[in-house]
Amino acid sequence: MADEERGGGVGTLTKKDFTSDQEVRWCPGCGDYAILSAVQAFMPELGIEPHETVFVSGIGCSGRFTYYMDTYGMHGIHGRAPALATGIAVANPELSVWVVTGDGDGLSIGGNHLIHALRRNVNIKILLFNNQIYGLTKGQYSPTSEEGKVTKSTPFGSVDHPFNPIALALGAEATFVARTIDNDRKHLTDVLRAAAAHKGASFVEIYQNCNVFNDGAFDLLREKQQGAHNQIRLVDDEPVIFDDGARSVAVGDNGRLVVANVEGTDPDRIVTHDAQGRPSLAFALAHVSRGPTEPTCIGIFRQVERPVYGDAVRDQLQRARERLGKGDVAKLLSGGDTWTVS
Amino acid sequence: MTKTVEERERVVIRFAGDSGDGMQLTGDRFTSATAVLGNDLATLPDFPAEIRAPAGTVHGVSAFQIQFASTDVTTPGDHADVLVAMNPAALRADLDKVAPGGTLIVNEDAFTQRNLEKAGFEKDPTADGSLDGYQVYRVPMTSLTLRAVEELGVGKKEADRAKNMFALGLLSWMYGRPQETTIQWLERKFTDQTLIYDANVAAFKAGYNFGETTELFATSFRVEAAPAEPGTYRNIAGSTAMAWGLIAASQRSGIPMFYASYPITPASELLHELSRHKNFGVVTIQAEDEIAAANIALGAAFAGHLGVTGTSGPGMDLKAETLGLAVIMELPLVVVDVQRAGPSTGMPTKTEQADLLLAMFGRHGESPMPIIAPSSPADCFHVAFEAARIAVTYRTPVIVLSDTFLSNSSEPWLIPDSASFPSIDPAFATSNGDGFEPYRRDDKLARPWAVPGTPGLVHRIGGLEREDVSGDISYEADNHERMTHIRRDKVEGIAKELPDLHVDDPDGDAELLVLGWGSSLGTIRAAVARARAEGKKVASAQLRYLNPFPKNTGEVVRRYPKVLVPEMNLGQLAMLLRSRFLVDAKSFTKVQGLPIFAEELERAIGEVIDG
Repeated sequence: MADEERGGGVGTLTKKDFTSDQEVRWCPGCGDYAILSAVQAFMPELGIEPHETVFVSGIGCSGRFTYYMDTYGMHGIHGRAPALATGIAVANPELSVWVVTGDGDGLSIGGNHLIHALRRNVNIKILLFNNQIYGLTKGQYSPTSEEGKVTKSTPFGSVDHPFNPIALALGAEATFVARTIDNDRKHLTDVLRAAAAHKGASFVEIYQNCNVFNDGAFDLLREKQQGAHNQIRLVDDEPVIFDDGARSVAVGDNGRLVVANVEGTDPDRIVTHDAQGRPSLAFALAHVSRGPTEPTCIGIFRQVERPVYGDAVRDQLQRARERLGKGDVAKLLSGGDTWTVS
Repeated sequence: MTKTVEERERVVIRFAGDSGDGMQLTGDRFTSATAVLGNDLATLPDFPAEIRAPAGTVHGVSAFQIQFASTDVTTPGDHADVLVAMNPAALRADLDKVAPGGTLIVNEDAFTQRNLEKAGFEKDPTADGSLDGYQVYRVPMTSLTLRAVEELGVGKKEADRAKNMFALGLLSWMYGRPQETTIQWLERKFTDQTLIYDANVAAFKAGYNFGETTELFATSFRVEAAPAEPGTYRNIAGSTAMAWGLIAASQRSGIPMFYASYPITPASELLHELSRHKNFGVVTIQAEDEIAAANIALGAAFAGHLGVTGTSGPGMDLKAETLGLAVIMELPLVVVDVQRAGPSTGMPTKTEQADLLLAMFGRHGESPMPIIAPSSPADCFHVAFEAARIAVTYRTPVIVLSDTFLSNSSEPWLIPDSASFPSIDPAFATSNGDGFEPYRRDDKLARPWAVPGTPGLVHRIGGLEREDVSGDISYEADNHERMTHIRRDKVEGIAKELPDLHVDDPDGDAELLVLGWGSSLGTIRAAVARARAEGKKVASAQLRYLNPFPKNTGEVVRRYPKVLVPEMNLGQLAMLLRSRFLVDAKSFTKVQGLPIFAEELERAIGEVIDG
């Protein structure tokens, strides 16, 4: 039966098909609303039915995301979503599996599962909402909060050095690493599209404004006027130039990447982005800024092919069947040394 | 000289040596040959946590004990009739485990001044008369082995390593064990290493022939096959039985098995065994940690697989939060806890059964889980299968409480007919076109297992309290109370279909009930048999289901004037029985990292009856 005859087929999916009947309960003005709306609107173009899609989340404001998607969903415990998702994705390779996590959930309590899901290259799409604060527990500093951050748990300022999530993912041998921003619908959707198309684990850091506990943390990049000057948009195979062509990322005298005015910079020194090339370039681009208070790279840092974990697991099962024959319990039980009593 | 052959009803042999001497392998091989002869048997591997403790030291001693007989064997034996000591440290460590007047076979070559000092002997005990109460045989096993293999051209190291085969050969002669079983095994083991195979066979035969030809040994022994139900038997260790039970459940139910685990002693054996059987469609994942292992298995369960995770005590602590999640998600999950001596790292290679209350109560909130405990190595097969059946039928995580002793020990097993296994119906939900209610229940209070990928059933589950029937998030007061009761009632309701607790009370007039659980079954049977032989009126029963208890448990424990509960903990089952049934159950406890011995329990039975 052709799709059009069936009705409700893939071609006719709409945002509504991915929107659950649950009332959305983030704080008014939260960046999560924009991400939710963008994801719900983007999902139909994948052509994957809601019942073939699973969203998995942990604890924190991001954890609620699962309930608002009209797909299969699993809202787990704190930090463990990548592990739950690994079980799901390996068990059923037909599913489109998404993990929604935050900077506390994914980088603090669940850091171990995040890095291992990335190095295994499990076929899951990880969206890490980074707001640099603990929101659900009402405002403690997070593993991405800047040094000196004054919060309820750090009245004298945080002395912790923050993670650079992109560098962490690259260090974990991730095959797809990107960063985008909650309120830039187009950029966000473009990155989601690439993440969804990638075979294996995709890691997407989304700068997300917490307007209650950390308002304005990303203004330099997120606010329209400032963003136009300070977002360094990475485009594969193109020179890394931003601020309306005025500034660039170039190789400095000591070999480190620096922000330099295009005028007066040797064009050979201006970096050309290469998402498939050496991971050290992506790593260096991740360190152009010390945080979102300086010009910062967004877009796809790295995108390479590597065997997908679930495929390798299934290949092994298949090879074992070919080598040993399909498992037979009666044979298993009576194999080896036996004796008969009559 | 003429050699005589004497009949023996039962024999306990203990092989002891340095961790690197291959004593576990020697014991395993002796066990296989014994099993093939049709003796009943029970084994106890007893090894240190260190892979290779400093050679020749007492804490590096690794031992393997086997009891075999022409009659029923229920334990590995309290005392050894024969101790094979490969060095002075083994003699030092295990002499107190030898029966008075027992036989000591020592590797004379290892009794050097330096080794004696390392073991803490001032003088050679085999020469100074201190072992006069024993029958001592000094056999230069190392040099005889070296001589046996010298023409093969193997290196000195490999030659030296074959001396355990010499010991095995000697003991095989002494007890009439078949040579073929061992030689065929060596063939399989060293298919591609001809030289090593030749050396091991040469050493084995040298040991066998040494017994047969030298004048040192005048007598060999025969232990007739034990009477057994007709059928085909094999010897099986608890860890293998556990793995095979899970595989059988997966095959019977048609639900692919998915095992996620983090290496931990003694549960790693389960991971190793399962990972060998991928042709059964068994997925095994060595997770990044214990928490991940539980979550990966739970994720797989959501996706319609038979999710299983295995660990030991420290891992159970870490998995606790995930088990609570499985409880509220009401998904099938099997959790195997191979208990070891705790707390904390405790004694990783030593047995204990002190995780019962952890299994019962070790999660926050009201978080009930069914608990089943195998009572012998072979029973691990049936309990694993049963755990999977309960998990799938009731959509609940289930804890299996095995222990180090069960996992490492082995016994003969009448191979069951795989067609006789009970059915396990996953009963996956399908859409009937109406709205889907993920927390609507069947008559067992089980909710639908709706697997992602199924049209018409999209739903979200999670750790937040669910609204009855709809499964939506709910903080409503009455709903939480109702759901808490439902989760409790669902687990309690399993008792409706459980077999009654079987009581062994031949005359029906016992004045004492010995009630155990888990691996103590063999000890209890042996001790109770001895007490009865002395004219005591004793009944016994073994709880396999610990949560819920079988329906008649209360009636059973109230029926007897006295109840004694032997446990390798400080009285955990006794505490449950006392609180649940208001009975004055007495505890007999032992926490030495070793099984309870029959004679210890026999004494305790006497004291309770007389006291």
